[in-house]
Amino acid sequence: MELRNRALRDIYVDLLMEYAETHPELVIVEADLASALASTKFFKKYPNRAINVGVQEANMIGVAAGLANMGKLPFTHTFTPFATRRVLDQVTLSVAYSKLNVKMVGSDPGIMAQLNGGTHMSVEDVGIMRTMPTLTIVEPIDGVQLASLFPQIAEHNGPVYIRLTRKDFDEVYDDGEEFILGKAKVIKEGKDVTIFASGIEVKEAIDAEKLLAEKGISASIIDVHTIKPIDAETIIREAKRTGAVVTVENHSIINGLGSAVAEVLAENCPTVMERVGIKDHFGEVGLKDFLMEKFGLKAKHIVAAVLKVLDRK
Amino acid sequence: MENRAYLEEKAKDIRKHTLSCIGKLGVGHVGGSLSIADILAVLYYDQMNVDPKNPQKPDRDRFVLSKGHGGPAVYSALALKGYFPMDQLCTLNQPNTDLPSHTDRNRTIGVDMTTGSLGQGFSASVGMATAVQMDKSPFYVYSIIGDGESQEGQIWEAAMFAGSQKLDHLISFTDYNKMQIDGEVKDVNGIHPLDKKWEAFNWHVQVIDGHDVIAIQEAILAAKKVTGKPSMIICNTIKGKGASFAEGKVGSHNMPVTEEMAKEAIERLG
Repeated sequence: MELRNRALRDIYVDLLMEYAETHPELVIVEADLASALASTKFFKKYPNRAINVGVQEANMIGVAAGLANMGKLPFTHTFTPFATRRVLDQVTLSVAYSKLNVKMVGSDPGIMAQLNGGTHMSVEDVGIMRTMPTLTIVEPIDGVQLASLFPQIAEHNGPVYIRLTRKDFDEVYDDGEEFILGKAKVIKEGKDVTIFASGIEVKEAIDAEKLLAEKGISASIIDVHTIKPIDAETIIREAKRTGAVVTVENHSIINGLGSAVAEVLAENCPTVMERVGIKDHFGEVGLKDFLMEKFGLKAKHIVAAVLKVLDRK
Repeated sequence: MENRAYLEEKAKDIRKHTLSCIGKLGVGHVGGSLSIADILAVLYYDQMNVDPKNPQKPDRDRFVLSKGHGGPAVYSALALKGYFPMDQLCTLNQPNTDLPSHTDRNRTIGVDMTTGSLGQGFSASVGMATAVQMDKSPFYVYSIIGDGESQEGQIWEAAMFAGSQKLDHLISFTDYNKMQIDGEVKDVNGIHPLDKKWEAFNWHVQVIDGHDVIAIQEAILAAKKVTGKPSMIICNTIKGKGASFAEGKVGSHNMPVTEEMAKEAIERLG
């Protein structure tokens, strides 16, 4: 499967179709956003295993729970705010509390909703889903990583929320790189500070590391692709090693990656830290570059946070 | 097929045990448990293909109590059927019980879906019937919703989808006892005309006396003959049916019940 120079949504749908070939239990459930995900080709190939409930997000989750109850492996999809806050009670009771194996994709997290604007921007979805018992949260960042994580997500026995950027992302990983669900990926090991990043912010963290190197600062870059369960082991090890932490996320700094890392640090090895992310603010309409600038999500903002945290080290 | 006397006896047993376990606890969802006793009797003792000795058998009929607060009536039906010992019924809502207030598929043998947040169980039963249709399975999915529950938006989302998908192995009941927590349904947020609503959502609709076991039996048989449409059997019922302290009373949704009240009601049932 070609993992380069393609929209992540196309790779995701190909992975679904590939897995579906050998796993007849796999079904997909859409709520009138099959075209947005480009899953229409799945509908063509497997008309009996693809369901479109129309504009009914609550019923989409209910139907998926019912399908899982009958031994199917449903993958649902809608935009992130509708995949989380809109169907919170359905995900809580019909899926997680009921212990039903439903995989839920929310597309275009945080500012990546771009021209759909503030109404479609979930800056709180990780926070909402993170408090739900048994739920796993994954944010794959490019095709190589998605292809490695997909079978693990499919085979994990329990609900998973997948935060998926459909397109407009930077490739980070080389062909053949492997990832383990629940295990953060060390991209670079540094000495002075550790940057924990997720989603589109991993690329910004990599860029920030180069800017920091020019200033003589050596930074670790860790891609926390699985936000829950959080990889406490790697966080503690890194914090002890570098003694300073910065988190970076395309999400509110409240109850997202930054909070998850802070919880681990506070209980295990209190470490100076800074959180880069959306500062308790709603999103708004605009393109990625404008929004990253506006909400302080660029490499330069990460550099500023590193300098600040190193002052306190 | 079972006869009237047998099924009425089973419905009476379900009512007695429901009253007994709620009486032991001191409080419970009496009204909506007693109003579905006759439907449960026909399902578990006549129409549903289920086996308490093999509760997970793959080709069994499925049942979802979407109005999950009727749990005590379902537990009584399951215990009487032999899914678990009768004396387990008195553990209702006690610490570490497997019989929680609202039905839970992970707690109770014989319960197919976890419910309690209204509207959701019905939606799940639609998903289960979707799986039946996908696999061309021969069995049926049954679900019971409440009339108050019919005010939930998710009911109508699921209804629209099931009608559109022609899920003819879905047979649902509305426990139309005309009452909800805050008063009569018509005063709180009326759902009349209920039959026309379901017809408009492309369901096959029957309106029956929900306390007449033979009417319930015949309605299910008729529903099984319908092709290309899911079936809604609107059951005119009386909240708290069979216990004078609760029957037809708005306050019977979740009410205190002493052991004496339960005992007297059980004796009157005969």
